[in-house]
Amino acid sequence: MVMDFIGREGVTVNPYLRLRDKELKTIHSASMELLTDPGIELSHEEAADIFDKAGATVTKSERAKGTWVVKIPEKLVLQALETAPSQVTLGARNPEHKLILDGETPRVYFGSGSETNNILDTNLEEFTSTSDPDKKLKFPVHKRRRGMVADLCAAARLGEHLEHLDFFIRPVNIQDDDISEDSKDVNKFYACLNNMTKHVMAGLTDLNQLDNIIRMGEIITGGPEQLKENPVMSFITCVNKSPLQLEGDSTEKMLSIIKRDMPVVLSSSPQGGSSAPIDEVGMVAQINAEILAAVTLSQLAHPGAKVIYGSVPVRARMDNLHDMYGAPEFNQYNIDCVQMARYYKLPCYSTGGVADAKVPGVQATAEKVFSHLYVCMSGPHLLHYAFGLLEETQTFCFEQAVLDNQHIGMVKTLMQPPEVSQDNVSYSLDVVRKVMNTSHRLFARYARKRIHSGQLFLAYPFEGGEIQDETMANAKAETQRILAEPVEHLTDATSDQIFAEIPGILDRIK
Amino acid sequence: MSESELISAIRYNVLQGRRDKDDEGLEDDLVGEPGVEELVKEALQKEVPVHDILLHGLTEGMKQVGEKFEKKEYFIPDMLSAAEAVGAVMETLEPYLLQEGTASKGKFLLATVEKDQHDIGKNIVGIMLKGAGFHVVDLGISVPTADIVEAVEKEKPDYLGLSALLDTTMRHMQETISLLQEKGLRSNLKVIIGGAPTSPEFAGKIGADAHCKDAFAAVSTANKMASGGGANG
Repeated sequence: MVMDFIGREGVTVNPYLRLRDKELKTIHSASMELLTDPGIELSHEEAADIFDKAGATVTKSERAKGTWVVKIPEKLVLQALETAPSQVTLGARNPEHKLILDGETPRVYFGSGSETNNILDTNLEEFTSTSDPDKKLKFPVHKRRRGMVADLCAAARLGEHLEHLDFFIRPVNIQDDDISEDSKDVNKFYACLNNMTKHVMAGLTDLNQLDNIIRMGEIITGGPEQLKENPVMSFITCVNKSPLQLEGDSTEKMLSIIKRDMPVVLSSSPQGGSSAPIDEVGMVAQINAEILAAVTLSQLAHPGAKVIYGSVPVRARMDNLHDMYGAPEFNQYNIDCVQMARYYKLPCYSTGGVADAKVPGVQATAEKVFSHLYVCMSGPHLLHYAFGLLEETQTFCFEQAVLDNQHIGMVKTLMQPPEVSQDNVSYSLDVVRKVMNTSHRLFARYARKRIHSGQLFLAYPFEGGEIQDETMANAKAETQRILAEPVEHLTDATSDQIFAEIPGILDRIK
Repeated sequence: MSESELISAIRYNVLQGRRDKDDEGLEDDLVGEPGVEELVKEALQKEVPVHDILLHGLTEGMKQVGEKFEKKEYFIPDMLSAAEAVGAVMETLEPYLLQEGTASKGKFLLATVEKDQHDIGKNIVGIMLKGAGFHVVDLGISVPTADIVEAVEKEKPDYLGLSALLDTTMRHMQETISLLQEKGLRSNLKVIIGGAPTSPEFAGKIGADAHCKDAFAAVSTANKMASGGGANG
C-alpha cells in the first residue's frame, strides 16, 4: 500500500546487508528451534492460556511456582507475522513530526533515550600552562548529579530544537523527592509532551497509570478517535527477560497497551556473554526468538496489534559485566536484528550511538559515530539511544546531545541516495564542457547553487582555533542558545484540563 | 531599461555572479536573462556614463559581495563568479575609461614558475585581480624564467605575480628576480609571490616586494600598491 507521505523525512537508506538471504533463513530456523526446544518460560497465567488455546505446548515449569514453559510451533509464529502490521504510524502534536514506520521501507529515524540516572554538567574552566605561565587555556570540567524533572523538561525543549532528533524517549529519570512510583508516569509524559511537539515514547512505571496517560493523549489530540488517528505517544515494554523468558509484569503491560490499541515496542536486551551467547549467530538467534515470542503473544491476544520489533542487544564488558556499547560486536548484533525485522516485514526499533566513555571527547565520539553510522546503514526504523548518552546508559549530557545531533546530521547526509538520472548526467557533462572552454578551468561557480541550497556541508560547526580544541566550548554555547529558544507548550486550556482530570502532576512543571 | 534600472540590474547580476545570459546564477530561472556583459553593452549603447557603470554598478556590486563574504553568506565560489563577471566587462570598458582619463589600476603579469604545473591558486588570483579592476596578463604554467623576463620587457607591467606549489620550484622565483635585475627591469616593477611553500621570510630573502597568503591578500596588496601605499601582504 502506498501512502501519501506526510511526516518527518528521516533518511531512507540503501541498506547495508551484513547477512545474506540464506543466512537470514538459517537464523530464522535457529530461532524457531529455540522456540520449541527449550521453548520460552513465562510467568503470566493469561498469556499461558492464550498460547495453550492457540495450540502451543504449555506445561507448568518445575523451576518456579507460577511459571509455564511454552513451546511455540513455527506455524503460530508465521500466523502472527501475517496479522502484525507492516506499517505503524506514530503521531505527534505537530503533524509534520509524524513518523511512518514501514517494515518494507528502510527509512531511519533517530531518537533519544534512555532513562539515565545522572546528568553530566559541563563547565569551562581556565587553566594556566605549567611550561608557560602566560598561556591560559580553557578546558571542560564535568560534574555528575542526579536527574530531576526540571532536567527532563529542559531535555525535551532541547530535543524539540535538535534538527535530527526525530522522536523522543526521556533521556533522564525524574528523581525528585516529591515524585512517587504512582506519579512518575504522569509527570514524565506531561514533562515531555508539554515541552515538545515531536513523538514521545516511554515505558510505563505503573500499569495503573496507563489510562491516565492515554487520557492525557486524548485531551491533547481532542478525543479517543483523534488519539487513535494521531498517537502522540507510544509505549515500550521490555517483555523479555533473557534468556528466553517473558516477564510477568511487562507481559501484563503489553497486553493492556494493545487492548487499548496503542503502538508498543516489544523489546529484548540480552547481553552477549552473560544472558545470551557472545557469538553473533547464537545471540541473534536467541534475541530474535525472544522478540518473536512476544510478537506471537501480542497477535494471538489481539490480531493486528501495533507492535514494533524491539532489538536492544548489547555485549557484556568482560572486566565488570556492564553493558558495552562501544564494542564492534554491538553493531554486528544490532545490524543482524534490523535485517531479521525486515525479513519479517516488521517495523524495527534498534539501538546505536551510546558511548562507554564517561565524558564527551575522543573516545565518546569514536564509540558513538561507529554505531550512529553503521546501524543506520542497515536501515532500522527507530534508532534509539542516539543522543547524549555516556557511561553506557547511565549518564545524559546536554552538550553531548548537541554534538550527537551534528554527527547524526552528517550520517543522514552521508546516507542520502545518489541522484543518478539522465538529467543530472546531462547537466554535469554540460558543466564539464563549459569549464574546459575557460582559461582557468575552475568548477567553483557551478558549486554555488548547492552551497546556497543549505544541503552542502560547509564546516564542522564546533571547529576551534588552530592549536586548541574548542569543540566543547562551542557545543556548550550552542546548548545554551538552544535552551533559550521558546517551544510551543500545550495551551493553557489543554494543561488546565489535564491537571483537572489527571492527579499527581507537579504544579511547577505546568 | 532606464539608466538607473540598468545600473541596479548590473549590480544585481554581479551579486548573482552572472557573466552573461547563459549563466545560471544563484536564483532560479535566470538563464536567458541578460547578464553583466549584455547589460554593460546596453548601458554603453545608451550612453550611460562609464564612471557610473563602474562605480554604482560593478564596484558597488563587488563591495556588497565582499560584505556578504564577511558575513559568511557568500563563499569563495560566489566571490570568484562575481569577480569573473566584473573582470570580463573590464576589458570592454578599458577603451572608454582611457577616453575619460580614468587611469587603470595597472597591468599585472602572472605566471606559475618553471617545472611547476599548478595553477588553481594563480587562476583564482587572476580572476580576483581582474574583478578588482587590474589588467591581467596570464603567462600560464611552468613558464621558463627567461620567458617571464621577456614578457616583462614586452608587456611593461606594473606588477609581476609569481606562483609555486612545490618547494623544489620556488627557487625559480629567485632566479627570475635576479635576471630582472640583470636586465634593468626590476626598478619599476612590484614582484609579488605566493603559493603553499612560500612565506614572507622567503619573499624577503629573494628580494620580492610582497608575499601573499591567498587571493584576498593578493587583491588587497595590489590595491595598496596601486594607491601608493606600502606592501606587506
